[in-house]
Amino acid sequence: MKILIAVTEVAEVEDDFEIDGLAVADQYLDYDLNEWDDYAIEAGVQLQEVGEEVEVVSVTVGPERSEETIRMGLAKGVDRAIRVWDDALEGEGQLGVETKADILAAVAEDEDPDLVLTGVQSNDDAFGATGVSLADEIGFEWAAVVNDLDLEPGDDVASVHRELEGGVEELTDVELPAVLTIQTGINEPRYASLRGIRQAQSKEIAPKDLADIGLDASVTESPITLTQLYEPETESDATVFEGSPDEEADQLADLLRDKGVVEG
Amino acid sequence: MTVLAIAEHRRGDLRDVSFELATAGRELADATDGDLHLAVIGGAVEEFADRLDREGVDVVHTIDEGEEFNHDVYTQAVAALYDEVEPDTLLMPNSVNGLDYAPAVANRLSLPLVTDAIDIESDGVLSVTREKYGSKVETVVEVDANRAAVTVRPGEWPPAEGTNGAEIQEFDAEIDESTVHSTVTGFQEVGGGDVDISEADVLVSVGRGIEEEENIALVEALADTLDATLSSSRPIVDNGWLPKNRQVGQSGKVVTPDVYIAIGISGAVQHVAGMKGAETIVAINTDPNAPIYDLADYGVVDDLFDVVPALIEAFGGEPPEV
Ligand SMILES: Cc1cc2nc3c(=O)[nH]c(=O)nc-3n(C[C@H](O)[C@H](O)[C@H](O)COP(=O)(O)OP(=O)(O)OC[C@H]3O[C@@H](n4cnc5c(N)ncnc54)[C@H](O)[C@@H]3O)c2cc1C
Repeated sequence: MKILIAVTEVAEVEDDFEIDGLAVADQYLDYDLNEWDDYAIEAGVQLQEVGEEVEVVSVTVGPERSEETIRMGLAKGVDRAIRVWDDALEGEGQLGVETKADILAAVAEDEDPDLVLTGVQSNDDAFGATGVSLADEIGFEWAAVVNDLDLEPGDDVASVHRELEGGVEELTDVELPAVLTIQTGINEPRYASLRGIRQAQSKEIAPKDLADIGLDASVTESPITLTQLYEPETESDATVFEGSPDEEADQLADLLRDKGVVEG
Repeated sequence: MTVLAIAEHRRGDLRDVSFELATAGRELADATDGDLHLAVIGGAVEEFADRLDREGVDVVHTIDEGEEFNHDVYTQAVAALYDEVEPDTLLMPNSVNGLDYAPAVANRLSLPLVTDAIDIESDGVLSVTREKYGSKVETVVEVDANRAAVTVRPGEWPPAEGTNGAEIQEFDAEIDESTVHSTVTGFQEVGGGDVDISEADVLVSVGRGIEEEENIALVEALADTLDATLSSSRPIVDNGWLPKNRQVGQSGKVVTPDVYIAIGISGAVQHVAGMKGAETIVAINTDPNAPIYDLADYGVVDDLFDVVPALIEAFGGEPPEV
């Protein structure tokens, strides 16, 4: 069985930041493994540990910098990684859903996996659409927002829970091959062991450009253009307590007494 | 401009977002003096259609396929209806089920897709406002195409009201059953357990700012001191530090306490969905720009590890060492 996991590096914005044109200025961004993908990696690695022959491959669309993130997956048990980048993708800022799905589809066609895992969304753009677009593009079945997975290597149906709103889960049987978008909380992502980190150094990260996967720059063409990026006007009319932590706590204590939370 | 919006229902009930989509769709159609079509797929479609006949709705299409949501059916049905109605803009909910079919529909119809819209405008060109980096920035994207698909964030538009005498039309989507490869086998309620946070008058709610499991003792001590109930944002539950029934939010519980104290919680939209109805909201957060402050009535912009012990002491309690 082969499992392909789409892993992405996301940018987090510091508390104080400045905007430079249509982006947050780079010095205020920290890059990290997307939270949802960490759970997807764990789900893949757990399937591998069942003991059958399972190969786990990660795929990332990202610049060289993202290799640090990719290594985190390798250190946790991913067997090898593919990283797609190209000059044509440089400076695109935000890749459209179609572009990402097309690139991942080209890799999936090469790799021919039985199961593809992605995160529900990436923490920065929060489009939440890549996994299901990809599934439709490659003609796989799919399930979005999966927070429970019952599958043994070799099975042809995955039984999943989809986490709906309001504390309700949907139980669904999904025929393989399938794409599942993984929700946080489905498992407990492991920390990379020292041994894993060492082993990751010798695992392969295959860099590929668009031509390598049979695509050209036209894949980046998108009718969607970012035209504005700004800090939303604060709607805050909160009364902010001032002073030292002790003084702030005293004012808050008074408020809680006023509200009748605490007597006296 | 013709707008087609897809309603959502679950276990016999239309979900609120259906009526919000009607409002969003009407605004968009108005911009160009166009028509608003709604569609409802599966379940008690006729009864749903009557309820969807709200102000501003021109046509409601009923597609009588299955009882509950199935994305294989929805994807085919929406694509087929799209070809029939030929709308300029297709609106779908940015709900969990929306996430499960909207991208497939857009892909199948080769429509540009913009998700999680908080505002949509059109002056010939469609522009969609959405958030990035956990609400820290807003972006506007323009769609330079005649046709597009947009998913709409629940809770952003007021629900459409009244009635309009909309035309109700049955549509036969001719679903090809051989392409249905997933089966919904049931539903399961989660939660239960020792406490019902939705009943609490005062909630002390803890988020990722607490950093470590051991530190939960600190907010527990505060909850004890205030005779309040302890709840949390999602990461605390994902980490297994508190049980699922303590989670406030879209996929957790909706709470409406008199006082909600959010400690180290940023105020992500899925969290806010569960607590915005609290009467008084207090936030303790080091980041003055955290979105939680857009809702908070009172704020302490400071380190929770300094403020929470001091607060416990202010009531004569003894904060635990963390
Ligand atoms: C489909 C879906 C459903 C979801 N459902 C839910 C849900 O039901 N409930 C939910 O909560 N989330 C839900 N989420 C997750 C949500 O998007 C956020 O990831 C989550 O709410 C963030 O939790 P947080 O605020 O605790 O953490 P963060 O966003 O990481 O915020 C931590 C905050 O703590 C502050 N902080 C850090 N250190 C300190 C300190 N020492 N003192 C004071 N403040 C500090 C930081 O400034 C920051 O604002 C869902 C997501 C998806 C995609």
